[in-house]
Amino acid sequence: MIKLTPRPQPSQQMLWLSPLLAIALMLVVGMIVFTLLGQNPLKAFHAFFIEPVNDLYGIGELFIKASPLALIALGLSVGFRANVWNIGAEGQLTMGAIAAGGVALWFYDSESHFVLPLMLIAGALGGMLWAAIPAFLRTRFNTSEILVSLMLVYVAELVLSWLVHGPWRDPDGFGFPQSKQFSDSALLPVLLEGTRAHAGLLITLVALAVTYVFLRWSVVAFQMRVAGLAPRAADYAGFNAKRTIWIGLLAGGAAAGLAGTSEIAGPIGQLSIPLSPGYGFAAIIVAFVGRLNPIGILLASLLMALLYLGGESAQMQLALPAAVSGVFQGLLLFFLLATDVLINFRISWGGGRPKPAAAAPQAVAKPVMEGEQ
Amino acid sequence: MSADTLVLILVATVAAGVPLIFAALGELIVEKSGVLNLGVEGMMIVGAISGFMVAAESGSLWLGVLAGAFAGMLMALVFAFLTLSLMANQVASGLALTIFGIGLSAYMGQAYNSVALDGLKAIQIPLLSDLPVVGKLLFGYDPLVYLALLMYPLLVWFLYYSRGGLILRAIGESPSSAHALGYPVIKIRYLAVLFGGAMAGIGGAYLSLAYTPLWSEGMTAGRGWIALALVVFATWRPGRVLLGAFLFGGVTIAQFHVQGMGVEIPSQFLSMLPYLATITVLVLISRNAATIRLNAPASLGQAFHNEVH
Repeated sequence: MIKLTPRPQPSQQMLWLSPLLAIALMLVVGMIVFTLLGQNPLKAFHAFFIEPVNDLYGIGELFIKASPLALIALGLSVGFRANVWNIGAEGQLTMGAIAAGGVALWFYDSESHFVLPLMLIAGALGGMLWAAIPAFLRTRFNTSEILVSLMLVYVAELVLSWLVHGPWRDPDGFGFPQSKQFSDSALLPVLLEGTRAHAGLLITLVALAVTYVFLRWSVVAFQMRVAGLAPRAADYAGFNAKRTIWIGLLAGGAAAGLAGTSEIAGPIGQLSIPLSPGYGFAAIIVAFVGRLNPIGILLASLLMALLYLGGESAQMQLALPAAVSGVFQGLLLFFLLATDVLINFRISWGGGRPKPAAAAPQAVAKPVMEGEQ
Repeated sequence: MSADTLVLILVATVAAGVPLIFAALGELIVEKSGVLNLGVEGMMIVGAISGFMVAAESGSLWLGVLAGAFAGMLMALVFAFLTLSLMANQVASGLALTIFGIGLSAYMGQAYNSVALDGLKAIQIPLLSDLPVVGKLLFGYDPLVYLALLMYPLLVWFLYYSRGGLILRAIGESPSSAHALGYPVIKIRYLAVLFGGAMAGIGGAYLSLAYTPLWSEGMTAGRGWIALALVVFATWRPGRVLLGAFLFGGVTIAQFHVQGMGVEIPSQFLSMLPYLATITVLVLISRNAATIRLNAPASLGQAFHNEVH
């Protein structure tokens, strides 16, 4: 029987060791699964984690995939720290892409340098607009932002589906559900010859710096953190709870909208379905594995991008379905949540040695990320 | 609209509501014990593919339903271990369960995409099923529909008229008091979460074995999330879960008939209706904060740790 003893203080080492432990566990379990599926585990490991990034092009692909994941996770982390659960980033990404795509199609014949900046602004606003709905409903009507933001994912995808099947469909697209290819003025320039790595990466780097400064030095971010860790203390101190919800949701919405914009202005080059391979959901995992910390998120996004690439490579080389990526992503989050117990508790193995009834031990160590409903 | 069409619509409404009834009644029990499992969608979809695979391989639909329930329980067990034994954050663990379930089901179902099955058939009661109108409306469903409807009185009895239900509710309201009285909080929460998983699994299996007897990736299409919303909408009362499920069934079915009546609306906008309806009812019910506060289990979503397991 496992026995958990609360630590008097959350362990700082474990806060960072836990993701590494989770990654190691995922790799071990992955190898076992591959072996059970009749694959050579070393060959599978190579196909999954080495093959995709053993040339410059592959590294470019890694950054292309990591960029939207990191960007969205940075935005989400602002809310998650305050227990604002925006899980509809996939929808906000879609809405941002629709807004930016609208700009690109509207200025289809323009060669102006203002098209791209305009698209980025429209994309961020589109994502924020979609995130503003759960923020408004939560602050005004006390409605769960979890369920509303999630429902809006389906709505956004249906809006996109309508647009690319109907009004925005490419007349020369052989009936495929996609818009016209954007003109050059609406496309992000490639940063490095020989790869597809585009200027969208710079947006993510700027967002990284902004988030870092905001989280580290702003009073608002501190108040939001308190609201997440100790809601009652935040109330008592008179911190503005509604502002926390608004900022938490809008940050994620803007980031997801920008990520959607840099997808359609980068690797995709048009509006089409599906727009994203679940970046909005995978970013939730990235945010957690990265400990809601900007640098951690950057590292976690690279790992998660490698899982995406590995899935594609495993599909080609080992004839494994690409869906295996999703299984690994889920496993990683499971293991992280499991190993996180080490932050707040000491684990010992031992029998039913009777202990004197401890007085309300849960008051001593509150789990770091406890959700207050 | 003729009487026959109306009967058809009503019958279809009931069928569309059934997966929601299973999933939402299961989650209701989970939440009554103070645990919030956001992984309903993941448990449902793994139930759907597991049920479908077993039914397709064994040729027995009932074995498929059992497999769906079992797969849902296995998924729930992972969640229970994380949140109850390791005290992981319930919101994050539930999300993880959904993400994992969607990936796992896509992986499992690779070989079964657009394979069709001979689905569960409506029962035929001699005489009764042949009655005009009433026959179709009351006696013309497959057995799982009746099982779903039977769950309602069973759960009402359990929650409000049995000792077990009283203990379950006590744990949901105040786990530390229940613990002090000597009730095994963690064990009972485990059982509740496993029950919720089995119900979500059956709900998923109903989709892939009876409602549309085939497997397609992502076929639950947010029903697990709608079930979660239903529990809030129902203010944690089984009767209103039933009502809500049929309401949503009606909205789902209405979209097809609006199109059939020649109304010129792009199909995508009609498909939005269930999601928009969910948001609307959530707003209406949570507008009054006191309603939620009075009805929600007081310890919902909070971890519980006791020294003596």
